[in-house]
Amino acid sequence: MILHDLIAYDTLRLIWWVLLGVLLIGFAVMDGFDLGTQILLPFVAENDLERRVVINAVGPVWEGNQVWLILGGGAIFAAWPPLYAVSFSGFYLAMFLILFALILRPVGFKYRSKREGPGWRAGWDWGLFVGGLVPALVVGVAVGNVLRGVPFRFDDAMRIFYDGTTLFELLNPFALLAGLISVAMLTMHGAAWLMLKTSGPVETRARGYGISAALLTAILYALAGIWLWLGVDGYAVTSTVVTDGPSNPLAKSVEVAAGAWFRNYEAHPWMMVAPALGLAGPLIAAGLMALGRGGLALLASGLSIFGIVASVGLAMFPFILPSSVDPRSSLTVWDASSSHMTLFVMLAATVIFLPLIIAYTTWVYRVLWGKVDARAIQDGRGHSY
Amino acid sequence: MELDIVALSRLQFATTALFHFLFVPLTLGLSVLLAIMETVYVMTGRTIWRQMTKFWGVLFGINFVVGVATGIVMEFQFGMNWSYYSQYVGDIFGAPLAIEGMMAFFLEATFVGLFFFGWDRLSKIGHLAATWAVALGSNFSALWILIANGWMQNPVGSAFNPETMRMEITSFFDVMFNPVAQAKFVHTVSAGYVTASIFVLGVSAWYLLNGRHLKLARRSMTVAASFGLAASLSVVVLGDESGYLTTEHQRMKMAAMEGMWHTEPAPAAFNLIGLPDQRARETHFAVQVPGVLGLIGTRSLTREIPGIFDLVEEAKDHIRDGIRAYDALQAIRAAPNGDAAPAEAKATFGDLGHRLGYALLLLRYVEDPRRATEADIEKAAWDTVPNVPTMFFAFRTMVGLGFFFILLTGTFFWLSARRALDRRRWLLRVAVIAIPLPWLAAELGWVVAEVGRQPWSIEGVLPTAAAVSNLGASTVLTTLLGFIAIYTCLFIVEMGLMLRAIRKGPDPDTGPEAPLAPGALVAAE
Ligand code: HDD
Ligand code: HEM
Ligand code: HEM
Repeated sequence: MILHDLIAYDTLRLIWWVLLGVLLIGFAVMDGFDLGTQILLPFVAENDLERRVVINAVGPVWEGNQVWLILGGGAIFAAWPPLYAVSFSGFYLAMFLILFALILRPVGFKYRSKREGPGWRAGWDWGLFVGGLVPALVVGVAVGNVLRGVPFRFDDAMRIFYDGTTLFELLNPFALLAGLISVAMLTMHGAAWLMLKTSGPVETRARGYGISAALLTAILYALAGIWLWLGVDGYAVTSTVVTDGPSNPLAKSVEVAAGAWFRNYEAHPWMMVAPALGLAGPLIAAGLMALGRGGLALLASGLSIFGIVASVGLAMFPFILPSSVDPRSSLTVWDASSSHMTLFVMLAATVIFLPLIIAYTTWVYRVLWGKVDARAIQDGRGHSY
Repeated sequence: MELDIVALSRLQFATTALFHFLFVPLTLGLSVLLAIMETVYVMTGRTIWRQMTKFWGVLFGINFVVGVATGIVMEFQFGMNWSYYSQYVGDIFGAPLAIEGMMAFFLEATFVGLFFFGWDRLSKIGHLAATWAVALGSNFSALWILIANGWMQNPVGSAFNPETMRMEITSFFDVMFNPVAQAKFVHTVSAGYVTASIFVLGVSAWYLLNGRHLKLARRSMTVAASFGLAASLSVVVLGDESGYLTTEHQRMKMAAMEGMWHTEPAPAAFNLIGLPDQRARETHFAVQVPGVLGLIGTRSLTREIPGIFDLVEEAKDHIRDGIRAYDALQAIRAAPNGDAAPAEAKATFGDLGHRLGYALLLLRYVEDPRRATEADIEKAAWDTVPNVPTMFFAFRTMVGLGFFFILLTGTFFWLSARRALDRRRWLLRVAVIAIPLPWLAAELGWVVAEVGRQPWSIEGVLPTAAAVSNLGASTVLTTLLGFIAIYTCLFIVEMGLMLRAIRKGPDPDTGPEAPLAPGALVAAE
């Protein structure tokens, strides 16, 4: 196939870096409100009927939303194989925790209301809470660790070695802060969704928790920014950057330097839009929640998520996974991608399928538009969970 | 097999994959059966068909979520446990996985919500479209994952790139239209249809035996028997296609399946039954049917099917070629700049690069394959023989069951045509007892396909032992035990809910036309 030469290798790499961001943000925005709703479940609902209202608020859509995560995994595998290989094995036990939680989730949604017993239902409620909290926390902790650098290196045959990535080491203070941001952010998002989809006491409680979570998100995010500036070293490539060479991470040299994560922002001030959104978005969301505007609050919290995730990606560019023990092994946009042809074929597939996905997802959301009707659940009409 | 990191990782993959595949076949088949039933409803307007769709839909839903939950594990464990594998072949292998997500998972997962929640929000046609979207999505997902798996069995369209030290794609077209993948797809999807048909058949037979839900049970049996008969025929005919392709592409797998140690004059005999002995390297008490294997395997009377001993000899040659390729690769890598690499080394690698994987087989015995002794080569060559008794018995059981399914579904097809489904009670009992058998056949099928690929992760390219992550054995043991614990609980809960839903039977039909009595349960769940 010569077709792939239509788009230059470095352009494709850049496109796939953007698409990586699109997928991660897609996951955080779409599945994020499911996770947030699960985190809020024990707090916003006080009896079984209310809990069923909360669960049914995401009941018909969580399954499709979760595919953003699965596709995220698949796309990283296809477009950034070394990233897939290093991160998933390097964060092995953390991944196991996430999987454990993600196994509980589908089953919890589906099975909870299949039986009456209070013990049965309480057990699954707990499972749903864990299934929301753990992925939110662990993904955030992982991002925190990525910013600090992960202790891996390659040998000459590109075999991967790790120098201590126990679960315990992952739980350093900065990473924990990042984990908390993630939890607060998704809780805010879930609360906005619940305001849109529920009514009465559940909506009122969601609003209260949502405002707190949004304010917390803004505060913690600001704190993390300061910490990153003062206390976390960044990485920078010191050799000449070849943007269209073969994907061989070992061909470059890298330095670790204080403040390196802020160089992109110094060089391109327009990038400040992302952190600005990350900071202002939650505040606006809090305000809209206070005004009782659930739909607009959801939009604002979605934009906050966009800003926060994008601000991390832009800070690190061109790095996607820095190595703390052997900086030269760090993965960057220019040396950790698939081959030219694979990137091209995958782009073609994306151009075909992504618009389709967005189209039918939008249609499904329109069909399901409207608030969850507690009476209908009580009568067992039209609702499954 | 001592419990080192390789064994543990294999055990973990086998556990999670075999567990995932407990739920996959029913999803694959039942989604299509649901779509068929609902189509009949929309075309005839008879509400019994809607009731059937909803009832089997409940069982579908209980099964489906566990398929999803375990599928997520599958998606991530390549990177977790097989990181060198992911790095080495991700350029090719990742693409079908990602396309599967875009083309199949989104479709199936987005519309499955509407299937359950959309009964009174959508028009008849709208809901039918959602149901077909689920069926289509799950079948597309099988297509793409089997393209990925087919590539591991027959790695076409790709080549090793010394500059990046990994396999890279050379023709996406070849990967997509890999004949092995196509045969696998049809065989596996048909296996799913058989599974769902026999499930529906068996559960309905139980209702007939108990005199319950007769209208629903009879109609369901008719659908299941005809669909099941077609699917069983297709499984067997296309299983034969798999066998034929196996002979072409994975001759060692074929020889192991047959317990055939020595090449026989064409056409080879088929060992109907026997007792293969890996240690003694022979098959005791073989009862042979002359000529049959040659016919199945080569579709000719004159082509030979090589036996294990000859294939091991061949492997030794491949290993020697592999060592030369390895040596050339080192020379290319040692040159300061890719272009300045010695022309001679490049030429050697060009000729023998496709045998590089065979040199990696030696890594179990020596650090540098170039220092391998004849004894090492001998050992590594014998490593290319998979576990013969496992293959032999797993294959025979699968095939035996395949013929039994034709008989079973054929009988009920005939009975249903004569409107005599409940004439013979013992036959109904057989149908109930047969429910678990398709699962057994399907799991054994995967054992044949995957154990038969050993010691390779990617046939001829990457040995399983080289493909693992550098993790501690205790770490993997922890997660393995964790998965086993979760899966056991999930299995018990799932079975419990299934049996409960079956015992409870269909809900009274409360569609849009039937006025809602307050407190009536909606049939969807
Ligand atoms: C022949 C069919 C087949 C095979 C061999 C596999 N799967 Fe599977 N998978 C399905 C057929 C399927 C399905 C029928 O589409 C499932 C089963 C239950 C379900 O909900 O969808 C599914 C679900 C499913 C999901 C959840 C999708 C969702 O959220 O809807 C994931 C992520 C995977 N699978 C991934 C894998 C991987 C990585 C596999 C290989 C290593 C694999 N599956 C083998
Ligand atoms: C006469 C009957 C059958 C024959 C000749 C047959 C043949 C085969 C062969 C040769 C393979 C290995 C493919 C490979 O080389 O990788 C295989 C795999 C498999 N078989 Fe069968 N089979 C038969 C019946 C069945 C039945 C009844 C089922 C299940 C209901 C089944 C399910 C599977 C599955 C799931 C696999 C693994 C996927 C694959 O490799 O295609 N088979 N079969
Ligand atoms: C869901 C159906 C499947 C089942 C039941 C299954 C079964 C198995 C089994 C039993 C093993 C262990 C073999 C051994 O170590 O002796 C294995 C290994 C493996 N299978 Fe499959 N398999 C399935 C699908 C797949 C698919 C679709 C892929 C790839 C797309 C795949 C990739 C692998 C890999 C990477 C390993 C581990 C490394 C190796 O042994 O090569 N499997 N599988």
